[in-house]
Amino acid sequence: MSETILKVQDIHKSYGDLEVLKGISFEVKQGETKVIIGPSGTGKSTLLRCINQLTPPDKGCIWLNGVELTDHKVDINKARSSIGMVFQDFNLFAHLKALDNVLIGLIKVKKMEKQKATELAVEELRRVGLEDKASSYPAELSGGQQQRLSIARALAMNPKLILFDEPTSALDPELIGEVLEVMISLAREGMTMLVVSHEMGFARSVANEIIFMENGVIIEEGPPRQLFSRPKHKRTGEFLNKITELYGESGK
Amino acid sequence: MSEINFIWYTLLPSLLEGAVITLQVIVISIPAGLIIGILMAVGRIYGNKFISLMCTGYVAFFRGTPLLVQLFILYYGLPSIGIFFSPFMAAVIGFSLCSGAYHSEYLRGAIQSIKIGQMMAARSIGMNRFRAILHIILPQALRRAIPGCSNEIIYLIKYSSLAFMVTCVELTGAAKIIAGRYFKYMEIFLVVGAIYLIVVSIANKFLNGLEKKLRIPGLEMGK
Ligand SMILES: Nc1ncnc2c1ncn2[C@@H]1O[C@H](COP(=O)(O)OP(=O)(O)OP(=O)(O)O)[C@@H](O)[C@H]1O
Ligand SMILES: [Mg+2]
Repeated sequence: MSETILKVQDIHKSYGDLEVLKGISFEVKQGETKVIIGPSGTGKSTLLRCINQLTPPDKGCIWLNGVELTDHKVDINKARSSIGMVFQDFNLFAHLKALDNVLIGLIKVKKMEKQKATELAVEELRRVGLEDKASSYPAELSGGQQQRLSIARALAMNPKLILFDEPTSALDPELIGEVLEVMISLAREGMTMLVVSHEMGFARSVANEIIFMENGVIIEEGPPRQLFSRPKHKRTGEFLNKITELYGESGK
Repeated sequence: MSEINFIWYTLLPSLLEGAVITLQVIVISIPAGLIIGILMAVGRIYGNKFISLMCTGYVAFFRGTPLLVQLFILYYGLPSIGIFFSPFMAAVIGFSLCSGAYHSEYLRGAIQSIKIGQMMAARSIGMNRFRAILHIILPQALRRAIPGCSNEIIYLIKYSSLAFMVTCVELTGAAKIIAGRYFKYMEIFLVVGAIYLIVVSIANKFLNGLEKKLRIPGLEMGK
C-alpha cells in the first residue's frame, strides 16, 4: 500500500450565508490520479483552493505528506510551493516569456542559481513539448500551448501533488487532446494528481478514482469502472450519463 | 549690437541658470513622485484597513487641493511649527507629493485591471504576497500605467514653474526677474515657452520610446 500524500478531512467553507463546502473528506495516495466531477457551482474550485490554502477553509484539516497545512504555524508559502496548480484559464504571467514563466518560481521562491534553474526550466519545457517556444510570450501561444506551459510551470517546482482545475474547459476542442496527452503521461510517470475535469475519456484511462461532488458534499467515490457500470447513487449515474453526452470521450 | 550683448551676456546666462534649477527639480520629483505613487497604490489595494485609509486620505488631499496651496503650506506654513525647507526643497517635496497622488490613481487603475488569477498563480507557486506584488503584479501594472503616468510627468514639467511662488528661482522665475528689469516680457517669455516646449518634447519622445520598448504582446492597454 503506497503512502497517503494528501488527506482532506471534514472541510467546510462558506461565502457569507452560502455554505459551499459542507464537510469534504478524502485522501489521495502517492502516484494516484483522482478526478473530481460535479455540476457547476458545487464547490470544486473552492475545494482545490482550500487544499493549497489560497482560500483557507472555515473548518477542517488538510495534511500534505503528514504536515498539517491548516495549522497556522506552518510556513504556508513553502508548503504551497510543493503543490502545483493548473488553472482553467492558465493564469500565465503575462509579462514573462515562456521560459521565464517556468523560471521565476525556481529563482524567486526556490532561490536556485540562474544557470541551474535555466537548465531545469528548459527540461520542463521539453517535457511538455514547448522547447521551441521558450522566448514566446503567453499571448503568442495557442490555448493548448499555454496550458502545457502552465503545467511546466507547476512541474518545475517539483510538486508532491498537482491540482488541476478544469484544465481543458477553456480550450477549443481540437486543442484539448495535446493537454490531456501531457496529463496522461504525467499520471503514467507516477505524478500524484487531483483533477477537476469532465473529460471522461481521461478519467477512464488514468483515474484511480472518480469523486462525484454535488452541493458541497461528496456523493460517491470509486474507481471509474465501478461508477460507470454500477453507481451506488442514482444521481451519480445521471450525472455521468449527462457529461458523457456533453463532452464525449476525448482523450482516451 | 547691444541687443545681442543683452541676449548673450544677460538673458541666456540667467535663463540657463534657471533652466538648470528646473531640470534639477523635475529630475528629482519625477522618480520620487513615481515611488510615492507606487507605495500609495499598493497601500490602498493591498494594505490593511488602516494603511488603505491613510493612502486614500493622502491621495484625496493632494488631488483635492490646489498645488499652490500645498506649496504655500510647505514653505510658509510649516515654519510656524518649526519645520523649515529651502525654497528648492519645498518645491521638490511639494511636486513629489502631489505628483505621487496622481501617479497612484493611474497605478491603482492598472493594478485593478490585472486579473485576480495572476495573484493566485503567483501564490500557488509559493510566492508570498510581497513577492507576488513585486515580481508579478507591479511589472504588469507599471506597463499599463505608462500612458497615464507619462501624462502626469509632462504636467509636472510644466507645473514646476510654480516653484517660483515659493521663491525657488527656476526657469520661469529667472525669466520673470529679467523681464521685469528690462521690460521685455514678450520676447523673454516666448523664449521661455520655447524652452519648455523643447523639454516636454524630449520627455515625450523618451516616454513614448519607453512605452514601445516595454511593450509586451497581450499586455496592451485595455486588455
Ligand atoms: N470568492 C467568492 N466569493 C463569494 N462566493 C464565491 C466565491 N468563490 C466561489 N463562490 C461561490 O461558491 C460556489 C461554488 O463555486 P466554485 O467555483 O467552487 O464551484 P465549481 O464547482 O468550481 O463550479 P464550476 O464548475 O462552475 O467551476 C458558487 O456558488 C460560487 O458563486
Ligand atoms: Mg470551478
